[in-house]
Amino acid sequence: MTDQQGTDLNASPDRGGPAQPLVIARALKRYFPIRKGLFGRGKGAVQAVDDVSFTVRKGETLGIVGESGCGKSTTARLLVGLADIDSGDLIFDGDKLGATLTHRELWAGVQMVFQDSYASLNPRMTIEDTIAFGPKMRGVAAKQAHAAARDLLARVGLAPERFAGRYPHELSGGQRQRVNIARALAMRPRLIILDEAVSALDKSVEAQVLNLLADLKAEFGLTYVFISHDLNVVRFISDRIMVMYLGEVVEIGPVESLWKKRAHPYTAALFAAMPSMDPDNRTEVPPLAGDPPNPINPPSGCRFHTRCRFAEEVCATMKPAARPVDGEAAHMAACHVLDPRSGHTMAGAPGLETADA
Amino acid sequence: MRETLLEISGLNVRFSGARTVHAVNDLSLSLDTGEVLTILGESGSGKSVTLKALLRLLPEKRTAIGGSMKLDGIDVMGLKGRALSDYRGKTVSMIFQEPALALDPVYTIGDQIAEAVRRHTGASRAQAMDVALDMLKRVRIPSAEQRLRNYPHEMSGGMRQRAMVALALACRPRLLLADEPTTALDATVQIQVLLLLRELQKEFGMSIIFVTHDIGVAVEISDRIAVMYAGNIVEEGSAAEIIRDPRHPYTRGLLAANLHDAERGSRLEAIPGSPPPLATKPDHCSFAPRCPHVTPACLKALPPVFRPGPRRRVACVLGERAFTTAQQVPVHEAAQ
Repeated sequence: MTDQQGTDLNASPDRGGPAQPLVIARALKRYFPIRKGLFGRGKGAVQAVDDVSFTVRKGETLGIVGESGCGKSTTARLLVGLADIDSGDLIFDGDKLGATLTHRELWAGVQMVFQDSYASLNPRMTIEDTIAFGPKMRGVAAKQAHAAARDLLARVGLAPERFAGRYPHELSGGQRQRVNIARALAMRPRLIILDEAVSALDKSVEAQVLNLLADLKAEFGLTYVFISHDLNVVRFISDRIMVMYLGEVVEIGPVESLWKKRAHPYTAALFAAMPSMDPDNRTEVPPLAGDPPNPINPPSGCRFHTRCRFAEEVCATMKPAARPVDGEAAHMAACHVLDPRSGHTMAGAPGLETADA
Repeated sequence: MRETLLEISGLNVRFSGARTVHAVNDLSLSLDTGEVLTILGESGSGKSVTLKALLRLLPEKRTAIGGSMKLDGIDVMGLKGRALSDYRGKTVSMIFQEPALALDPVYTIGDQIAEAVRRHTGASRAQAMDVALDMLKRVRIPSAEQRLRNYPHEMSGGMRQRAMVALALACRPRLLLADEPTTALDATVQIQVLLLLRELQKEFGMSIIFVTHDIGVAVEISDRIAVMYAGNIVEEGSAAEIIRDPRHPYTRGLLAANLHDAERGSRLEAIPGSPPPLATKPDHCSFAPRCPHVTPACLKALPPVFRPGPRRRVACVLGERAFTTAQQVPVHEAAQ
């Protein structure tokens, strides 16, 4: 695979073997302090990511969904090392960041593609230079790096003879996003984080890029973390889905399992808010009222209790723990209703929502 | 009884400047009183330009507009001065994608709504404030009395969008133009705003032209859907007809790209390429370069317009027959 691309920048080796998850995030926390006043004294903090744990297996696609301010982008930035982790562990293929793994080594294995395709490219560099830049900084000879860049351009569907010398403003949004993907691939990563990478594209172009992502994943043996607010796209591309709300994971599970049974009331509401696509059967009642609360002072207990129609006293006072749904260990949700001992009157009920119920 | 509110015929919009863009090309459209029509299209298809032309908001020096637009008996093209200001806000008003930019940051929500009411109805300050309060209640803004004195930055995105709806509807316009009003909102808030618009539309009996690129949103809000590509409507019909019996290859491509029914891991039927730059006025089917069913005739002349049913049209050589298994006998008419 490496030789085929004509570069000697090797992908970081698979050390842990196939059973070792590529990423283990354990109780990740990141608060952004708010400074106000003349002396910049702290006035609380945005609890962007609070006690978030999950794993990403080798070769899978993990989809992260949630509304704005739920911490999905901050989680992504923590995974790439673009934001510092306040507390918690990030383990990449068996090596803990900060212990046996440096940021430099992490960056050798993880790349990111952002939503704004224009802002993430240098307007004064041709796209060939942009793609070759990273490998050159890593010590690949210029000639080889440029040859690899042209190979990658062809691979993402941009004929190098037409496009290599162009500047970002000479490309359309879809083409620029292809360049961003090629640039990420040039570093031969094992994990690519796609943060709303197709959200700004027109629907017809979005489908092209999704097809491309599927092809590249198979060809390069990649693992994706795919962040989007579009549930249809996430369902299509992901193996597992993680639902976040106000900086916390409320539910995580395999796509089929989650699509069949939305165990957490927030997941159910989020899915129900999708437009119906059936003109005779339009949505009549909004599944949730109001906007998501401010993450600066999130509600106590279960953070969703202020908008949840099943909320009871226990929800406001106690934080629910993640529990397996229907005894399926891969599908976890954090809701008191799922815990028979929580004291919630509906606790242990067979489940709240099933598909399209 | 059907009553036509808006009749656009042969609308052309051309922008000149460093680059000429033929944004809208021979667009014709009609809308009934109390009807909700969605213009569905991708960026650059001319959907927003059509709305702005209707409100005469396009910069006059750089825009050449041709064709006719008649709304409620008013010749929109001929309006100027006082008549134009009366028309904007009283007959037609518009809500935008980004309420934070559309609202004035230095006036309170109540002042902004009251100003519009006083300008159009000549009400006193106190009366106008009462109308503003009533409107905020109608768009379900909680604790409306306090919100009246809020500035736009003190509200959340969903709340601001509701406030903008209140402002737009304060003078009871006959027609509301909505330019992607829910695109910037979260899914759970988007559906709230859509349902609110649907409710207010029924209550006030107004018509809505809703612009979006999201088919799901179009289905939720509209009676009819017009699909726009490269400055013209390529297909029009009721929401059910567009979803269940799409005939133009572009509409079919858009539906496939929505991924609603796409099987996981399957290959998507993506439309190749990207929309045309529109530097010249199209003299053949604009979609032909991306179309999987392209014929030599498509590249020679503009496509014929088939009308397979009442208020249904398809601008495609293949428009005559349905793609679905249920073959219907189309009513064949000559091109427009």
